[in-house]
Amino acid sequence: MLTRDRAGDIFDRIKGFSSADEVEVLFSGGRFALTRFANNIIHQNVEDENHVVSVRTTFDKRTARATTNKFDDDSLRRVVESSEALAKVQHPDPDLLPMPDSREAAKTGELPIPTRHFEQTAAITPQLRAESVKKIVEVARNHQLVTAGIFSSSESVDGIFNSRGLSQWHAQTLAEVSITMLGADSSGWQKANSPDVTNLDPPHMAEVAAKKAIDSAHAAEIPAGKYTVILEPSAALDIVGFMFWDYSGMAILDQRSFLTGRIGSKLFGENITIWDDVGHPLQNGTPFDGEGMRRLRLPLVENGVVKRVVYARATAERMKRSEYKDKAGPIEPTGHGFPLPNEMGEMPLNLVFAAPQSPQNLAEMIASTERGVLVTRLWYIREVDPYEKIVTGMTRDGTFLVENGRIKEGVRNFRFNESLIHMLSNVEAMSVPQRSSGEESFDMVVPAMKIRDFNFTEVTKF
Amino acid sequence: MKQIANWALNVATMRGASYSDARIVSQKSRALTTKNGKVGSASDSESVGMNVRVIADGAWGFAASEDLSRSGVEATAARAVEIARASSQVKQQDVRLAPEKPVTAEWATPYAIDPFAISVEQNIALLLQIDSELCAVAGVTLAESNLNFNRDEQWFLSSEGSDIHQTKYSAGAGYTAHAFAGNEIQKRSYPNSFGGQWQNKGYELIDELKLIENARRIAEEAVALHHAEQCPEGTFDIILDSSQLGLQIHESIGHPIELDRVLGMEANFAGTSFLTLDKLRSLRYGSEIVNVVADARQEHGPGLGTFAYDDEGVPAQCTPIITNGLFTGYLSSRETAHTIGENRSGGTLRAESWNRLPMIRMTNISLLPGEKPLTLEQLIASTDHGILMQTNRSWSIDDRRYNFQFGCEIGWEIKHGKRVRMVKNPSYSGITTEFWNSLDAICSRDEWTLWGTPNCGKGQPQQVMGTGHGAAPSRFRQIKVGSAYKGS
Repeated sequence: MLTRDRAGDIFDRIKGFSSADEVEVLFSGGRFALTRFANNIIHQNVEDENHVVSVRTTFDKRTARATTNKFDDDSLRRVVESSEALAKVQHPDPDLLPMPDSREAAKTGELPIPTRHFEQTAAITPQLRAESVKKIVEVARNHQLVTAGIFSSSESVDGIFNSRGLSQWHAQTLAEVSITMLGADSSGWQKANSPDVTNLDPPHMAEVAAKKAIDSAHAAEIPAGKYTVILEPSAALDIVGFMFWDYSGMAILDQRSFLTGRIGSKLFGENITIWDDVGHPLQNGTPFDGEGMRRLRLPLVENGVVKRVVYARATAERMKRSEYKDKAGPIEPTGHGFPLPNEMGEMPLNLVFAAPQSPQNLAEMIASTERGVLVTRLWYIREVDPYEKIVTGMTRDGTFLVENGRIKEGVRNFRFNESLIHMLSNVEAMSVPQRSSGEESFDMVVPAMKIRDFNFTEVTKF
Repeated sequence: MKQIANWALNVATMRGASYSDARIVSQKSRALTTKNGKVGSASDSESVGMNVRVIADGAWGFAASEDLSRSGVEATAARAVEIARASSQVKQQDVRLAPEKPVTAEWATPYAIDPFAISVEQNIALLLQIDSELCAVAGVTLAESNLNFNRDEQWFLSSEGSDIHQTKYSAGAGYTAHAFAGNEIQKRSYPNSFGGQWQNKGYELIDELKLIENARRIAEEAVALHHAEQCPEGTFDIILDSSQLGLQIHESIGHPIELDRVLGMEANFAGTSFLTLDKLRSLRYGSEIVNVVADARQEHGPGLGTFAYDDEGVPAQCTPIITNGLFTGYLSSRETAHTIGENRSGGTLRAESWNRLPMIRMTNISLLPGEKPLTLEQLIASTDHGILMQTNRSWSIDDRRYNFQFGCEIGWEIKHGKRVRMVKNPSYSGITTEFWNSLDAICSRDEWTLWGTPNCGKGQPQQVMGTGHGAAPSRFRQIKVGSAYKGS
């Protein structure tokens, strides 16, 4: 693994090779391993180690980036030359700011970050993953099911150094388990991850996925239409994740955000409050952004009102000069910028939904539902309308009809076309938010949600 | 590089692997974008590394590293064997590979102009000229353009004696004009959305695309969409342009025919397939005029799925997938070929990079053009009432590949053989086999384009791969239109 000391040495060598006005170096990489199983056997089992150094140079308002995974002097010299050659032929960018120094980077605050590196996760071996998979397969066999899924583990680092003295470093681990149980005509699914592998319980997840597969067998077909739905946390995060690219100052300036002209408006229900909080104990990731600025803890939505968006340094400066400056909420660098140069600006990545005043667990949501649909997982979500934020997608791996407060039966999967504005205005109940993981969006701390009038438009064949 | 690969193969064999292969890959890429008159991003990237894939104790292991020193390579090979032994703890039978004759070969993408020899200044000047054309149209609120160039060089050696050196070039270019007004964002892209057109070519692709010549029209269409009526909802005949049809092929033919999906290997993530093994040579996939091939050979064209050998050393092939409407073939590998009674792989195993395991990927999955001469204008002229839809805006399909819904950037209502009006937000949906059985006209070769899809995601960890899709504008009868906005 690359250490901070070795990265510092590499940075010094790069700086020595460069004649640029300013130099910034990003480091990323680590060890990643994944054991994949299907048909009750391990069919793929991989491990790789790779580290990348990415060099940004600037010459008088011109900047560009070059990247390599080779750290010998010749390779580092070459990557510096590439970066400089690209930078020198750019047109001057009047919005390009000098690189931040340590003092400026810390201005956004030093949120206390819990440790995200756990030795027990870093020490996971192929044998240990295989043992765990064996237990998952046993659960499948006990229920006459077939299982497919993954158990992965990683140890990674991210760092940034620049010629104005800034240096930031972050190391973390992650273990992830995802399990699908397949019956003859049904399936069930569970997924979870954590920096600390001891937080994961694969056999229990396997049992939950198996129950879903068994309970959804011989699915009935019910017509498409508007239903009360109960989205389990993974389903909720996968769909709401499609709006967070828009919580960006650059997206407002580009007029590609559904929040253009809507900041300060009450877009969602009173019960919706959303934070971006990298320091939350259930969150993960680096506490600094692509320029090394520390991430702020921010309220994006409070009681349904869109309060603010996030800003990279240059975006904040542009916004202050723009026609939107009075309608853009507080304008300041928030530590959410992507590495420069880029065209997307910034986005919040550590989303945390606030707990509702009166949380309900899934069982309580089901018990209070006269007729509705319980959804385990959503799939292949894509944006249909960027301003009304209509998204389409499918249910998958455990969709159930709820009648008179009880799960009645499995039902065939639906296609939905639903506006996120509409959806988050119709949330009738939420659970205590939990760290959740899906496939369409990034991990969040998000509740299960009971939503009225969710728009299913078609039914598929299974 | 061969010596490095042999270090790995020797250690794998000594440690007890019954089969091993090693791939050393050197990748180079350049990405340039502009946005509203400025360069958005400018970056060069290089990555070099190697992997070892082994079978030991009848199970698979794979390890990869950036470290190409002898000790590093040997440690990676030993690790691959150790991982395979762990895999063997949860197996039912030994992995078996379809036989493949070892080969020594050298191949490179034919190209006229090395894209990395073109100056960055020239590239940026081109993008800024496009940008200027787009922004010149009043109402355009965001203009974006991109140029991308890739060079992948790979050495593949196997314990069976194969020794294959391939160098592949690819290029991509495109742009989008966005128009925000009122409560609506509209956009138009050229030559295709989500990065434009991509092919295995050199810089000559950029010259062929007529990027500047089309920019003004595209920008004007983006603005004009604000004044267009909403696409009507109902059942209509639809005509899809070739780029949208390329994506339709990708999603509703290309993915379901992947044999690993069919066999359940992707069930946890990408999903399975409705094309269970009993359907081979029995399912009426489409109408009589539907002929689809999976063709990785150079003679099919410079698609992103074109190569000489796949990533387990199997030569590029052409597999008939749908023949006169009948389902006739899957995409297979050496491990899976026997499940469909084949004694040889279809040659479709590819990996994103040196640190990823090769898996079954689409090559060039193409709908063959109609045999009788037919232009798009003639097809429109023969349509009594329908909607022409162009350029993808959204796409979604269920995890067994039955139910799909696509949205397009622009539509045109056709009445009595003529385009009568522009319509906005067109979308259509259906069930895969019902849809392909409703196809009644395909334009001929002159209208056929081999499109590149550079962003196909599959696998865990997810790998992004480029695939090719040849298509000509085609007409589908009585398709459900407008569900995307129904009830919203």
